[in-house]
Amino acid sequence: MSGLTPDLLAMQAFTGLALGAVYVLLATGMSLIFGMLTVVNFAHGAFYMLGAYLGLAVLGLTGNFWLALLLAPLAVAALGMLAERTLIRRLYGRGIDYPLLLTFGLAYIIVELVRIVFGTQDLPFDTPDALTGAADIGIGFFPLYRLFVIGVTALVLLALWLFLERTPYGLIVRVGARDPEIVRILGIDIARVWLVVFGIGTGIAGLAGLLAAPLQGASPEMGNSILAEAFVVTVVGGMGSLLGAVAAGLLVGVVVSLTALVAPEMAQVAIFALMAVVLLLRPQGFFGRAGLMS
Amino acid sequence: MLRIAGLHAWYGDSHVLQGIDLDVRAGEIVCLIGRNGAGKTTTLRSIMGLLRRTQGSVVFDGGELLTRPAHHRFARGLGYVPEERRIVPGLTVRENLRIGLLASPARRREAAAMARIAAIFPRLVERLGQVAVTMSGGEQQMLAIARAMISEPKMILLDEPSEGIMPVLVDEMFDLFRRMKRLGTTILLVEQNVELALGIADRAYILDQGRIVHHATAAALLADAAVQERYCSV
Repeated sequence: MSGLTPDLLAMQAFTGLALGAVYVLLATGMSLIFGMLTVVNFAHGAFYMLGAYLGLAVLGLTGNFWLALLLAPLAVAALGMLAERTLIRRLYGRGIDYPLLLTFGLAYIIVELVRIVFGTQDLPFDTPDALTGAADIGIGFFPLYRLFVIGVTALVLLALWLFLERTPYGLIVRVGARDPEIVRILGIDIARVWLVVFGIGTGIAGLAGLLAAPLQGASPEMGNSILAEAFVVTVVGGMGSLLGAVAAGLLVGVVVSLTALVAPEMAQVAIFALMAVVLLLRPQGFFGRAGLMS
Repeated sequence: MLRIAGLHAWYGDSHVLQGIDLDVRAGEIVCLIGRNGAGKTTTLRSIMGLLRRTQGSVVFDGGELLTRPAHHRFARGLGYVPEERRIVPGLTVRENLRIGLLASPARRREAAAMARIAAIFPRLVERLGQVAVTMSGGEQQMLAIARAMISEPKMILLDEPSEGIMPVLVDEMFDLFRRMKRLGTTILLVEQNVELALGIADRAYILDQGRIVHHATAAALLADAAVQERYCSV
């Protein structure tokens, strides 16, 4: 195949990074929530989709993309915290399957509500004017908006890392994920920590949905398929590992993107093939601790 | 300082504590002894608010705590050093100490708090930057105690502090408890090493099958071989 020049491959890999960035954001939130609360959040895709729709709502009211970028994730975080506070919290300590089933049902409810409010058809989401066009990245021209997605993701990850590693609140989260009882006996209201962590995780999912919307539009079902992919990323990276979520997210994005170049119909299968191989060789994923699910 | 009356506690369906009455006066070291499974750890965990189902009364420093969450009890001045130390993996000694300060008003004066801890636990000073779980068992136990002491609790609950620790360090640790007492900390101590514990305690309660079966001064118990034989031999 003479069409597969190194530059084309590099461009496609770079496109994969933008796709991977969305996976990374989703999987980071899922991993954070799982690592801290041992909740496998099946509603994560629904919160992602909510980010896109709430972004559309803000955009419709104000016409300002930047305001949508700020407000939609915050609104999704608030809804996530509401769900944690009123529903999920009741199931802590009862094993991993109860919150899993609850969030599974919650996802259906959220999707249905969005269908009722916004309709069942796909809605276009305009790329903001400032981010249309392409930029020369050395190997060719790359869509500016995709660069923006990669940049925002990097910023969010940096902020999250600084929060976890450099602030007292981050120390509470890190310790609470390993031994919740220790933070309780040292005077910390662990319930509040769980609430905040769930809010951060779902807020990042909302941000991912908003960032993905200009690339693919908004549809009530947009969270369903990406939930499965984000799961693969979380499992491949290692449940509960943020570093794993980042590495696996980018890897999966690049694999999908490169597969799409040579065999488009295989792109989705490639994700699951990758997961199968990783799980056979390393059941706990790249950076996961063994036995977390038991 | 601490007055427990008619305390019952359950783990699931099993009724572990069946009416405990116990009190600890300010400045005392009180020892809780008994065989494995008698309910010693459960008593401490109930005082700290870590059990889902309890009944009765736990009054500390004039306030009823029974229905209050663990973090509230910490704020009232209760410290707890759980069994097996529970040092957080991956964190340095300094970070582990810092966790003890996070919810305490003393966090604004971290340097002063660290200096005070350094004076009581000189062994830890040289190791502040070390990953805590790479220290010996005894040093980790010291750290677990320091982590609870750094917020200056009025009273501290110690669960089996000498378990799995070299004898040399055990002596050092019991000296430390005496020093903590002199500094004004009230101590409720659960300990397998009965003779050593009675050596520093003012009074002791003997627990058997979820009930207090004997209560005496430490000196009287030390002299009472029959009671020791009956309830404390493992």
